Amino acid sequence: MRMTGAEAIVKALEREGVEVMFGIPGGASIPLYDELYDASIRHILTRHEQGAAHAADGYARALGKAGVCSATSGPGATNLTTGIANAYMDSSPIVAFTGQVATPFIGKDAFQETDIIGITMPITKHNFQIRDVAEIPEVIKKAFHIAQTGRPGPVLIDLPKDMQEGEAEIEFPDKVEIVGYKPTYEGHPRQIKAAAKAILEAERPVILAGGGVIISGASAELMELAELIMAPVVTTLMGKGSFPESHPLALGVLGMHGRKVANYAVTDADLLIAIGTRFSDRSTGMVSCFAPEARVIHIDIDPAEIGKNVRADIPVVGDARHVLRQLLRVLRKMLTQAKSKAWVEKVKQWKKEFNPRMDYDDVPLKPHRVIKEIMDFLSEDDIVTTEVGQCQMWAHHYLGRTKPRTFISSGGLGTMGFGFPAAMGAKVARPEAKVIDIAGDGSFLMNIQELATVVENNINVVVGVFDNRFLGMVRQWQELFYDRRYSAVNLGSSPDFVKVAEAFGALGIAVEKPGEIRDALTEAFDAGKPAVIDFIIDRECNIFPMVPPGRCLKDIIE
Amino acid sequence: MRETHYIVALVEDRPGVMQRVSGLLRKRNFNIDSISVGPTEVPGISRITMTVRGDRVILEQAMKQLNKLIEVVKVSELTPRKSVIRELALIKVSVKNEGARAEVVQYANIFRGRIVDVAKQSMVIEITGDEDKIGAFIELMRGYGIKEIARTGKTIMARGTKSVKVRE
Repeated sequence: MRMTGAEAIVKALEREGVEVMFGIPGGASIPLYDELYDASIRHILTRHEQGAAHAADGYARALGKAGVCSATSGPGATNLTTGIANAYMDSSPIVAFTGQVATPFIGKDAFQETDIIGITMPITKHNFQIRDVAEIPEVIKKAFHIAQTGRPGPVLIDLPKDMQEGEAEIEFPDKVEIVGYKPTYEGHPRQIKAAAKAILEAERPVILAGGGVIISGASAELMELAELIMAPVVTTLMGKGSFPESHPLALGVLGMHGRKVANYAVTDADLLIAIGTRFSDRSTGMVSCFAPEARVIHIDIDPAEIGKNVRADIPVVGDARHVLRQLLRVLRKMLTQAKSKAWVEKVKQWKKEFNPRMDYDDVPLKPHRVIKEIMDFLSEDDIVTTEVGQCQMWAHHYLGRTKPRTFISSGGLGTMGFGFPAAMGAKVARPEAKVIDIAGDGSFLMNIQELATVVENNINVVVGVFDNRFLGMVRQWQELFYDRRYSAVNLGSSPDFVKVAEAFGALGIAVEKPGEIRDALTEAFDAGKPAVIDFIIDRECNIFPMVPPGRCLKDIIE
Repeated sequence: MRETHYIVALVEDRPGVMQRVSGLLRKRNFNIDSISVGPTEVPGISRITMTVRGDRVILEQAMKQLNKLIEVVKVSELTPRKSVIRELALIKVSVKNEGARAEVVQYANIFRGRIVDVAKQSMVIEITGDEDKIGAFIELMRGYGIKEIARTGKTIMARGTKSVKVRE
């Protein structure tokens, strides 16, 4: 069929089942937007391209399918890059479209030209620039395939303006073949057997569940494995929600601000079953004393993660769900009785002993108390997103989650400003769920302009600002490691978040006392519009426990 | 041990693929000594030869990361002992008099080089071989005055029937 490139793009997106995209048009993408005017796809106009990228990312994480964002050439495209890098670090599938100057102008430093292909090569799983109108459907098919399969990640498609305007004979392929891209899903039977043997021999096993468990949808298999072999489960930040934190075998998150019991269990384990994790330095602490007594089974779909940060005694390359199913088939036949009874008892004892306190009545508020009230208020299908810094780590440590895709946080890149637009994306993906962004006052200001987007589009999310008027995590490090020299972290008294919320047309509530928290949450979620709750918290409250950088997981400051 | 390793990558011949490969090696902090590229027996597939320095862990990481690039079809390591390694160099030498000219021609013959350009004051010699041979020839030429050197970077092929091919 003969059609323009822009028409081909929109038709290809519809064929991929795209229902929503987030973006901002500009000179180089007007032809695409002209086509979107009549399309079935809902376009949500954000107020900054970074917001669009994070929203697409939040949408993808909440739903498990690719989120789509779009920006014009030049500054529009470069504004997307933080969001793209964020999705890349956390293996989140987004497809980003950028306008580009017409092909005859490329390389001429034309108005709003930038080499977005070169810029995004190191932060995308792959990127494409359209050079022939007829190849558009195939490229888009490939982009969605690459973004959503294997280890997911962002893919960018650069669209020169003449490629959007030009016409060609267009055919839509049903599938595409990429010769150099064949992800491995099934684990090698020999490795599965070796892993099973190690599990049968183990007396102190610990399962470490990462984001890969959530991506592959392996929570049921993980639960069966843990219960079958009687192994305690710790998760990374990205794996939070992959295993219910209310489960007797759950020890919560590990790492720099992990649960003491999780860090202790990993350090004393004789077998670590790591599933879908890249062993981030924030999870492992100093590598040389990470799980020092354990044999390590490392299950990951990305072969390059095996042995990258932590040695693997038994590597299994494959998709977490496939591999766990294979492993369970073998174990069900071979396992008579788990040898871990004494170990599980010991760990449960620790868990009781180290259980963190949350019921503070202080004024100004202790963040623990706010987290507790939020946790009690939400049901298990509701979604929590976070900004980055202390607020994120309070949520990470204290806010228990029981289901996958209900805790969305910027793990790898650590992007302040992620949580609010991600909450917007998550709410669009799952409108029936309550969605709250656990924010700091510093982070929230980095994408606060998206208040206009959520108000205009009735995307009723709640932002809970943990307001301490500091860049709190930096201040905490300065307090602990730089002799309390608070360099450039004091945020002063501006802005008034209640007034800002109201100015945008959202509801603003300030909360100063513990007794007001629950009512504020009820009011915010019942407001019929987006809401901002300004929790005035203890200014110099630290996030503890903490493993100082470069130290072992057991070297905990409390 | 920081040995030199030879990596051969077969890649789809598309704009930017060299930038993807070299950018990845830079981003992951791998040291490349030499990199060369050219077409293969399969249309649309190019062959990149890289020499990377580092221990085995570094080498394996580099190969795995390269394999993740969508346009990289295959990555292999070749062992120098079981391979032919060659490089081509063009060397422009100044020849100030007839004596010098005769000597340079003689040396070129001994090294199986070829004189590919002759001017009044200079000659260009083309020489292929392994690193040692080219190095030795360049040393000999220094006495006459080297005006310019252009080297292709190493390329490598396994001896015998083993070959680096796109899987059918």
